[in-house]
Amino acid sequence: MKSNSLLNIALVGNPNTGKTSLFNQLTGLNQKVGNYPGITVDKKQGKCKISEHLTAEITDLPGTYSINPTTLDETIVLETLLNESNDSYPDLVIVVAEVENLKRNLFLFSQIKDLQFPSILVINMSDQMIRKGITIDIEALKRELKSEIILISARKNLGIDALKREIENYENWNTEPIANISEKIDTVFFETIKTAFPEFSLYKSWLLITQQKNCAFLSSELYQKITAFNPDSEKVKKYQHKETIYRYQIINEILKKTYSVDKNEATDLRSRLDKILTHKIYGYIIFFGILMLIFQSIFEWASLPMDLIDSLFANLSELAKTNLPKGTFTNLIAEGVIPGIGGIVIFIPQIAILFLFIATLEETGYMSRVVFLMDKIMRKFGMSGKSIIPLISGTACAIPAIMASRNISDWKERLITILVIPFTTCSARLPVYAILIALIIPDERIFGIFNMQGLTLMGLYLLGFAAAISSAILLHNVLKIKTQSLFVIEMPNYKLPSLKNVFFEVVEKTKAFVFGAGKIILALSIILWFLASNGSEKFKNATEFVTTQESANHLNDEVLNKKIASYKLEHSYIGVMGKVIEPVIKPMGYDWKIGIALISSFAAREVFIGALATIYNVGSDGEDVGTIKERMAAEVDPITGEKRFNFATGMSLLLFYAFAMQCIGTLAIVKRETKSWKWPILQLTGMGALAYIVSVITYTILS
Amino acid sequence: MGDTIANLKIGEIGIIQDFCLDAIPLNLLEMGCLPGKEVRLLQIAPLKDPLYIKVNGSHLAIRIETAKQINITKLR
Repeated sequence: MKSNSLLNIALVGNPNTGKTSLFNQLTGLNQKVGNYPGITVDKKQGKCKISEHLTAEITDLPGTYSINPTTLDETIVLETLLNESNDSYPDLVIVVAEVENLKRNLFLFSQIKDLQFPSILVINMSDQMIRKGITIDIEALKRELKSEIILISARKNLGIDALKREIENYENWNTEPIANISEKIDTVFFETIKTAFPEFSLYKSWLLITQQKNCAFLSSELYQKITAFNPDSEKVKKYQHKETIYRYQIINEILKKTYSVDKNEATDLRSRLDKILTHKIYGYIIFFGILMLIFQSIFEWASLPMDLIDSLFANLSELAKTNLPKGTFTNLIAEGVIPGIGGIVIFIPQIAILFLFIATLEETGYMSRVVFLMDKIMRKFGMSGKSIIPLISGTACAIPAIMASRNISDWKERLITILVIPFTTCSARLPVYAILIALIIPDERIFGIFNMQGLTLMGLYLLGFAAAISSAILLHNVLKIKTQSLFVIEMPNYKLPSLKNVFFEVVEKTKAFVFGAGKIILALSIILWFLASNGSEKFKNATEFVTTQESANHLNDEVLNKKIASYKLEHSYIGVMGKVIEPVIKPMGYDWKIGIALISSFAAREVFIGALATIYNVGSDGEDVGTIKERMAAEVDPITGEKRFNFATGMSLLLFYAFAMQCIGTLAIVKRETKSWKWPILQLTGMGALAYIVSVITYTILS
Repeated sequence: MGDTIANLKIGEIGIIQDFCLDAIPLNLLEMGCLPGKEVRLLQIAPLKDPLYIKVNGSHLAIRIETAKQINITKLR
């Protein structure tokens, strides 16, 4: 037994088998999310104490029906199991199956067995066997599969200890293969493979040959050896089909002896729910009802904690200023770091609420019905029913949304989905929207029910979706990519969502945001603070210059200090940058201060608010630190004396933020997912041009 | 002769005969859609596509262009 290092366990299984529930039971809060080297798929790992002396590192691999991948997510499974030099190469494999779909689950199990890993079959949801009228002769099944089998119920925490005890004994497990592919398909052909690769199991060599294009990890030496083995593709395809049919034959024979279902006991809850949820009228009503509920909740539930966070960080800044010794370091803390962190924390309520809904809907099995309902419609726009989940996730953050598009197998559908996701209203736009709406739209009700501010927000969401759909149609007609549809989705059974799984999902997604996008936001806030509090000669001599200039006016100290502060800001580095772009943004109705915020929010939209806060904070010499909103409302145009954030400027800004591609994180992820700079550059320029034109038109009409 | 999954009405059952290997994704086979297996049409999506079928114990949704490639004999 390995004593000095961790035992590596891979968790493999079909989607919807409760694999994640088992992972959560085994690892609890000892989870971390890493990246697979070279690619950005999340790698979920966690530590689990197997016994007194044995700890395991468990890797939760993406759900898959087969080792032969059809999507990028599934490629991970292949790579982890074939690449012996990867960190998570398993010492043993746990295959999670579900009691009701045992046949299809055994298909995957037979592939794992044939790779000759020490592997164990875990049959989940065993507590539902009686209700579903299923009986399994476990002892006979163990003999037939030459494997250990454990019955568990991950949700009810049954059988987990038995599984751990069995794992302790993993070195004694039988690693004989189940299927004899050589004899059943083409003995001569497979014998030549065996001779060429004596170091691997036959099935592994076969996979390396058939999946070359998905095996980027191969050493050049091995790669040459494999490509030398170049059977024609027709033959490979034929043999893969034969192999599939043969595996099911074996499984059918085994299950005939060991598995039975009493149909009378089975309930028809699925078909009754399906009739309603995929109905041609009710189905859509329910789906749009749920969408409305989600968006309402994001706005209603999140606004209170967001206001609290906003004022909390304003108070913290003030507290730091009054209590710490005066100096550059204190200014950095109070004007750079604290507002920077506040700018990250403020998103947590919205992201958490959105993923609470998405995780719940995925858990129940409802999402597959949405895919079914929407596929035909989405195809008219060049996307797939599977694009719905990324597009909804995009309302939280485009980064996880673009990653969620990995399970779309058709490249054109996936590319279009990725390209239009940044139009959906992500939560980084929400604080910008929220504050601008609060400034320019009256807090009144129309017809006594609809809140005007809420309606405006709703309108901006719809505008985002409309922009996504229109650009998808455009791309669908412009992009000439020929593809073959591999669309097959499983319609899983309906389940009550597990609170634990939903909770872990929400925590994971929120953490990914805070530590991913959050870093950029914090760093930029500090850079901005630096640029705003330093400058050239004029900046350094500000106090002297303004005092001399105003000496005839006999101003009191307070007014004089304000004048000095605003002179300083104007001649700080960032002030100069803002002035440089002022002519370009003037047609949209912005001044150089908004220009500064605009420059900084090209890194990430949410920085807009933080930047304005920093700018007005520096500009107000710190005497009247109110909330960001109060500071923005007080800002006036020095020439006209009008409020800076009037209706025309506000609308122009709202629309600019609705359309422009202002997020470095998204651009980086699009580059990685599409493996080309072409697509992110297209997004940046296309969306930027659209935003500029629309804003100029809006401002010209309204002012 | 000439029936495919696309010709089934809701609730009808057929036996899969054969299909053109090039037109059918391997993953559909791997999910249990194999010659000789019973296939039942459970639902059709509102715009007539995709189809929701039960085959060999699996509940799947496939697009109509895939369904048209799978030859069956209807069971009466």
